[in-house]
Amino acid sequence: MTRANAAGSLSPDIPYVPAGSRRIILAYLTLAMVALALGGLVGPFQALNSIGVNLYDYLPVTSYYHGLTLHGVLLVLVWTTFFIAGFLSLVTIHGFQRPLSSRGLERLAFWSMTLGLLVAAVPILLNRATVLFTAYPPLRAHPAFYIGLALVVIGTWLLSANVFLTYRDWRRENPGKRTPLIAFGAMVTLAMWDLASLGIAVEFVALLIPWSLGLVEGTNVLLARSLFWFTGHPIVYFWLLPTYLSWYFMMPKQVGGKLFSESLARLAFLLFIPMSLPVGFHHQYTDPGVPTSWKLVHAFFTFVVFFPSALTMFTVLASLETGGRARGGKGAVGWFFRLPWKDPSVTAQLLAMILFALGGISGLINASYNLNLSVHNTLWVVGHFHLTVGTAVTLSFMGITYWLIPYLTGRALYSPGMARLQAWLWFIGMALMGRGQHWLGILDAPRRTMLSDAPYYAAEWLTPSYLVAAGGIVLTVSGFLYLLNMALTAWASRVPAQVEVPMAEPLQDEAAMPVALDRLRPWVVGSAILTAAAWVPMLWYMTVAHPWTIRGFTMW
Amino acid sequence: MHIHAYERFWIVLMTVVLAVFLGAVVYAAYGMGIQVPTDAGQVSPDQLASAPPFNEPGVKDLGGGFYQVVMLASAFQFEPGEITVPAGSDVEFVLTSRDVIHGFRVPGTTINAMVMPGQVTRILYRFDEPGEYTFMCHEYCGTGHHVMSGRIVVTAQ
Repeated sequence: MTRANAAGSLSPDIPYVPAGSRRIILAYLTLAMVALALGGLVGPFQALNSIGVNLYDYLPVTSYYHGLTLHGVLLVLVWTTFFIAGFLSLVTIHGFQRPLSSRGLERLAFWSMTLGLLVAAVPILLNRATVLFTAYPPLRAHPAFYIGLALVVIGTWLLSANVFLTYRDWRRENPGKRTPLIAFGAMVTLAMWDLASLGIAVEFVALLIPWSLGLVEGTNVLLARSLFWFTGHPIVYFWLLPTYLSWYFMMPKQVGGKLFSESLARLAFLLFIPMSLPVGFHHQYTDPGVPTSWKLVHAFFTFVVFFPSALTMFTVLASLETGGRARGGKGAVGWFFRLPWKDPSVTAQLLAMILFALGGISGLINASYNLNLSVHNTLWVVGHFHLTVGTAVTLSFMGITYWLIPYLTGRALYSPGMARLQAWLWFIGMALMGRGQHWLGILDAPRRTMLSDAPYYAAEWLTPSYLVAAGGIVLTVSGFLYLLNMALTAWASRVPAQVEVPMAEPLQDEAAMPVALDRLRPWVVGSAILTAAAWVPMLWYMTVAHPWTIRGFTMW
Repeated sequence: MHIHAYERFWIVLMTVVLAVFLGAVVYAAYGMGIQVPTDAGQVSPDQLASAPPFNEPGVKDLGGGFYQVVMLASAFQFEPGEITVPAGSDVEFVLTSRDVIHGFRVPGTTINAMVMPGQVTRILYRFDEPGEYTFMCHEYCGTGHHVMSGRIVVTAQ
């Protein structure tokens, strides 16, 4: 795939991807990694704070909470979204074997997201938006914070419009053909996200932007918070579905196996469209102003959304097993050790899956309505999402870049050994930190709190806090090795890359697969109806019955 | 659609497990009475001085072992910051916020709720054993968030 040109530098010749698209994809990934670097840098300061070591004076931030805002926004919003935009662009182009439908739309999406990021970054860096990534009113940030983030969301819509236009063009030329699996995964992810992001779009555009600009005196706090969680839970699947895309449709190929069941893989993906949405109140079990009956309805659907994740666990493991056995693995578990652990992309994603199982279980506890009372807003929740978005998603994305960056740059990964070490260190670091945070949560240590200065710091919090601090340091080393390897690959690698986009084949050719498993429209329409039923009555009640007069505050 | 026998078994197993877990949660809510906060009405943060019960924050002895605690949260304190009730009391907490969103968590109990401007939070809890409880704000409310806390003293009867 790579040829050395006359000057001796490497220039990739990637099928289907125009040079302009390649530059945009690389730019998305570069911005994602810059966010990972800056957001990650704050991490060890937080981890050390929990054992009473307060090093914030050595960071150019104003307060613990200023640093925490940077950590959250840069990692859960920017690193994820920009990686996904780049990854799904490539997956769509490669899956359909054609460039994106509109060059103009492709550029507009990129610049909308990038401009939005810059606009939001200024108030965050200047301590004018120290509201954490959840931005709950009536904490009121500078208007540029909300405007910038709204532009990022609009950019994702433009990207998804382009992906659907590309599908339309492909379908016109390929009537009756089944949508290629990886492109199908990209489309499901974006269809789900388009529906899900309506909540935060309405929250920002209709409520928080006019309010932060001073056009209206007050706002409706609980309505804004509920709209946030309308998007705030499904955003988790916006991160997870690209991860699943890799686990289902790419990893079987990387381990020398096949996709165990194409129909159940497609079904699991499609089920995430309706099931991701009617669940947001499980983040608000302890909120006033929401009747318990509605909380219970969302609890029910939250349990239902575990079902496609359970399907995923089976199909992904079964697919990996076909690879392990093809490589000579024997016995009930022997195949697992025969998987190509030498390939850092595989190692990173296998380790991500292991911690995801634990993070999924702690999520089931969060979802459990009254059981949530024992962990709500404690460090338990922080442990949960460091194992899910911080490991299942982040370590998988890192694993993907171990083939994706060589593929896009034409330069072989600088050091596969360093990459394997990095993946193991991330796994060990998160295992330590996640254990410590879950433990602290059970001991009632509040999250998002500068524990070093808390007057109620309990002696029993110290031991688990040491696990958090140790994990944080290991993770910092791992993050550094990751970024170093990426930089060396881009700038110092002189070996041509020998990689392809991994695309798994199904184990069986399922000629009789139901056609509904290859159509988005019925699923999107059904999801819209279900979502309306699960949300509109409560949102309407809040709109008409709850006060719109809550003034904004700057408490930092 | 082809579904492998093992996968069929897995689907049934997971469905049963999730149903049992959900059943346990619903039983705990309605059989054992462990409930989460519900909609307890709205109140304007601008009119707290004249809106009962918030015009008189503090502990009220309602007689017969029943107490009402009316509490106002604001950056970065609870009002009242210290409460004393006798062991065996049934306590109704009624809270709201003067400014931003706060949290109210009493470790070692099932008391865990958000306190919001414009909303009334109502929690029922029975303190059986004498002892001392710390409570704290567990929702980020500004640079002094980590000092926002208070104390409940449960005295022997």
